[in-house]
Amino acid sequence: MSGIFLKKINKSFGNTLVLNNVDLEIYEGEFLTLVGPSGCGKSTLLRILAGLESSDSGEVFIGGADMTKVKPADRNLAMVFQSYALYPHLTVSENMLTPLKLRHLSTLERFPLIGPFISREKRNELTERVRKTAKILKLESFLKRKPGQLSGGQRQRAALGRAMVRNPVGFLMDEPLSNLDAALRVHMRSELSELHKALGSTFVYVTHDQAEALTMSNRLAVMMDGNILQLGKPREIYEKPSDIRVAEFIGSPKINIFSCNVIKSNQVEICGFKIQGNFQHFMDKKISIGIRPEHLSLTNDRNCIKGIIKHRENLGSDFFMHVESPNIEKRIILRVSPEEALNLQVDAKVNFNFSQKYALFFNSAGKRVEVFDPNNITNKKIA
Amino acid sequence: MNFSIGQTIKHAILILGALIVIAPFYTMVSYSFKSQREIETGADTGFFGSQEVIIDEFCVHRGQPEREEVKDTLELYPEKTERDVYNILLDEVKKNCTKKPVFFNYQSAFTFAPLLRYLLNGVIVTVSIFLIQVIVALPAAYALAKLRFWGRDFAFSLVLFCLLIPVHAIALPLYIMLAKVGLTNTYAALIIPWTISVFGIFLMRQFFMTVPDDLIDAGRMDGMSEFSIIWKVMLPTAIPALLAFAIFSVVAHWNDYFWPRVVITGERNLFTPPIGMREYRADSDGTFYGPIMAVSTVIVTPLIVAFMLAQKRFIEGITLSGMK
Repeated sequence: MSGIFLKKINKSFGNTLVLNNVDLEIYEGEFLTLVGPSGCGKSTLLRILAGLESSDSGEVFIGGADMTKVKPADRNLAMVFQSYALYPHLTVSENMLTPLKLRHLSTLERFPLIGPFISREKRNELTERVRKTAKILKLESFLKRKPGQLSGGQRQRAALGRAMVRNPVGFLMDEPLSNLDAALRVHMRSELSELHKALGSTFVYVTHDQAEALTMSNRLAVMMDGNILQLGKPREIYEKPSDIRVAEFIGSPKINIFSCNVIKSNQVEICGFKIQGNFQHFMDKKISIGIRPEHLSLTNDRNCIKGIIKHRENLGSDFFMHVESPNIEKRIILRVSPEEALNLQVDAKVNFNFSQKYALFFNSAGKRVEVFDPNNITNKKIA
Repeated sequence: MNFSIGQTIKHAILILGALIVIAPFYTMVSYSFKSQREIETGADTGFFGSQEVIIDEFCVHRGQPEREEVKDTLELYPEKTERDVYNILLDEVKKNCTKKPVFFNYQSAFTFAPLLRYLLNGVIVTVSIFLIQVIVALPAAYALAKLRFWGRDFAFSLVLFCLLIPVHAIALPLYIMLAKVGLTNTYAALIIPWTISVFGIFLMRQFFMTVPDDLIDAGRMDGMSEFSIIWKVMLPTAIPALLAFAIFSVVAHWNDYFWPRVVITGERNLFTPPIGMREYRADSDGTFYGPIMAVSTVIVTPLIVAFMLAQKRFIEGITLSGMK
């Protein structure tokens, strides 16, 4: 077993609990993303994994060995930081050489003046490794430059290079793309994914950007308030969020939440419409229904949910309509195609409905509940 | 062109201030070119003086014909009296001792007392002080800025408190301590009391606060120890601030008159330049302003040259550390 295993990690800063008994297993070679709003403890978890921060209790296993008390350098993990953290006084190649020198040369061999003499062969070997890595990252022409003379993207690559040269068992990335401009960020997303496939090593990636989380990862862990709320494949998290907070965090724009009453053990009511299902455990309790903007559809049928468009957002490929509806306190967002949007201006009246199978039900504690018979899910529209 | 009265007044005031600051330097350099007579009469002979040749009395005194010499010469000119020969020889000496005041002043600066030795002492003392200050201040500043440990804020408030203690207040106890361990009249006495610079710790701490934590974590991930992080990561990034501190430290200790005067009581070989200058204060023959001003010029020149070379980065350092 050579994955990474975090066991019952607890951490608090002063009186603030940052991590609450977190368990996390990261398989070898996977791209796992820790995603969550700022302050959810994801960076702290990564830093505990890296050894830069110590946990109050809990254990860290890397490759089957207990690394809880081992210092960062000996865990053989490489980290890429948000600010890149390249040594500003060293050139790109010297930056990349630094971890190699510290790892492969003895103190005497690193000694100024005499060091280079007695370790010439080793040094050539290391330089060769730097050159190879630089080639993979297309950094060759920048090797002699200092970080200050590079663009954001190039610095990012140099930081990746410094992490890659030493062949670590895993890469830890702390929001590495958030300092890049939007276009470059999208580009680097695909590049990182490709790099992960090419290297085949474990990537642990921290971000607050759900788009990064959904596009790159094999699995993602949604964290909030020091807990991992859900761990799973991106599609699973998007389609079957286990918690209302996960549903609200993942997906842009946000999922629409309707609160409704359970009127019978097999029926709930939403805006005057009834949905059949198994609600016997939720009698007399509130239940929330979540529906993603793309699952709401406009209809000409006047018997459906009604509303007035208050705001339209043009994304080019799609339009998002913000709709106010009587009896529903929050604005509802629905996605429409540009053709449909042509006739819909602000203040236009619209009718919309959704197919039952897309409705996600959450109990009063925020946990998702299955209310339909899994063998008999219908495409039935609600109205 | 934009002409604004406000700007003009500002510049006028600044120029006036600059003139006031420069005036003593101007006088110093000018005097170092002039003869004693010009200085004492205050004759208006311009910045460089008239450069009228003068007779170097010391040189004449040193070259005075010996009795033997007079006797030897007398044998060659039997028709002359001893007195005549003496005068002829003396005239010869005087001719050789005639020089322009600028040469006289600067020559005396180096010959009258071992000025080079004093300068060397100055270099030894200031460089040692600065190096040890750096060796102490960088790790301390790093700990205060970047490490979390119990009592850190208290330690830092102690540093701030120490900034308020005037040197002169603790000079006597320091002197007594040094005397007890028998260190007076040594380089150690000149260096040891200054090796821990709270100002240096404070300045570097303020600078280190601006260094991103990620950089330090990157060093840790790469396998550096805390000390190699200080010397290999923090030190190179702190060069501008360090340069600013270097100027403060070197200027203060190069020019220091008070402390060397306290601990160096007799050993002339340990005189630093400012103390050495006292040697030029002639007692009975009056004070020789020209040579003294030449010594002063020689002493301040290294500092001014160093500042000019480092000026750009020095100002960078001051601005970076928020000490504007």
